[in-house]
Amino acid sequence: MSELIIENVWKEYGDQIVLENISLTVASRAFVALVGPSGCGKSTFLRMLLGQEHATRGTILLEGEPLPAEPRPDRGVVFQRYSVFPHLTVLGNVLLGKELIASKYKAKLFGPARRSAIEEARQLIAEVGLSGAETKYPAQLSGGMQQRLALAQALIMKPKVLLLDEPFGALDPGTRAEIHTLMKRLWNETQMTVVMVTHDMREAFTLATRVVAFERPRDRPEEKERYGATITRDISIWPPRRAGEFSHFSPDRDGPVVLQGPRRDDPSSSPSGDR
Amino acid sequence: MRWINTKPTRGAQLALMLLPFVLLIAAYAAGSAARLAGNANDKLLPNFVGFADAINRLAFLPDVRTGDYLLWSDTAASLMRLFAGLGISTVTALLVGMAIGMLPYLRALLTPFVAVISMVPPLALLPILFIVMGLGEASKIALIVIGVAPTMIRDLALKALELPREQIVKAETLGGSSWQIALRVVLPQILPRLITCVRLQLGPAWLFLIAAEAISSDSGLGYRIFLVRRYLSMDVIFPYVAWITLLAVLTNFILDQIRIAVFPWSQLEKQG
Repeated sequence: MSELIIENVWKEYGDQIVLENISLTVASRAFVALVGPSGCGKSTFLRMLLGQEHATRGTILLEGEPLPAEPRPDRGVVFQRYSVFPHLTVLGNVLLGKELIASKYKAKLFGPARRSAIEEARQLIAEVGLSGAETKYPAQLSGGMQQRLALAQALIMKPKVLLLDEPFGALDPGTRAEIHTLMKRLWNETQMTVVMVTHDMREAFTLATRVVAFERPRDRPEEKERYGATITRDISIWPPRRAGEFSHFSPDRDGPVVLQGPRRDDPSSSPSGDR
Repeated sequence: MRWINTKPTRGAQLALMLLPFVLLIAAYAAGSAARLAGNANDKLLPNFVGFADAINRLAFLPDVRTGDYLLWSDTAASLMRLFAGLGISTVTALLVGMAIGMLPYLRALLTPFVAVISMVPPLALLPILFIVMGLGEASKIALIVIGVAPTMIRDLALKALELPREQIVKAETLGGSSWQIALRVVLPQILPRLITCVRLQLGPAWLFLIAAEAISSDSGLGYRIFLVRRYLSMDVIFPYVAWITLLAVLTNFILDQIRIAVFPWSQLEKQG
């Protein structure tokens, strides 16, 4: 199981307090969406879960153990950009994790070990819908395909926790809806806990089992430096979603996402569109 | 239409590309003809017949004193020094640059030092090199390395630092150690840049080579140019300069083709 316990965590950069007194328990196999205004420290919080940054005060426990101070294979990540390696093909990108784990010095696999790794990688590539693109480089893929690749690359490590930093923020709504469906399926089929930072409320409520809002309770200019953001809302989705379980309450809600109304980037829906 | 939006057709592009070269040759031919009309023995601007004579003498007839074909023996001597110098610089820059770019401790140790070293004028060190290493090949190769390597180190260190932090973190979550990340993530992405870096340093490398050869040598393209200067042999100097330029242009072109062939993704990135 992969329960995350965050206890009284503070993050300060010098005098600037970014996060104050964050306490949160993320159940195993939960899907938590972190929302909040820009610059409120959601991404900082995610980087702390990743091990890229460290809490100034407080502790973070994964399965009861303090979090290692470095990024490790037990926590996978997908960023909004730069998540895949431009110099490797789709297959090479997915294979990389296998090679790094199995071959300490050469970081390359040969012979039967390589063939079985390729087999596994191909399966995962097919699962995220990239079959046929194995020999392409990321620069030849669309934004949505790159993010699918980034997911496959992270999932081959079978991480306990998957961390997503606005992974679908740069995608157009149609592509985003498709990748939401994929994300939901992957979450249902694997054993991992997911923590996702997003700006998109619709995305948060479509995917998550729980939505956590970060906000600065005191946000006047003179207060900004000495008061950080904290958790102001913690909403559990009802009726509850559970990984791997079919929802009897609203099967259509947890089914594929259908777009309603005008798209976000539709010029006619913008305030300046009525010229 | 605005000037910034007007583009030449393919034919026009080709014509425009050739125009400056044609103009240069035409201007030279006119100048040469005018001077030779005034004095048939003028040595400053020889005509193309004079060049053909000199090239024939240097490239296809053995030298009366040594029996060498001078153009080729000079070229071999110079290229050997140039590529030895560039080769040593490239390997040094790759190892040191990558280490500086990846390891914060080495960065703290070496960045200011390399920055200062790269500001030392290499030609001012030439007398020291001659005194310490003698007048042979070593001092000339050392001059190229001292002149070229620090800049390359800085360039590659910057390039390694510029790799998005996300990529490095991602590689860590895939279980990569420092060594594995250097080998599989940083190195392959630095190599295309290394080739570009060598291309940009070709000019300075030739500069230092010719400077060293001019001062002390018994063969080489730079040596020949400075030797025949005493006799005002413009008919030799001009073809030698053109030949050096051609060699540099060819090296530049071949290196870029190698980059595209070996690292096809680096070209995709450029277009993307």
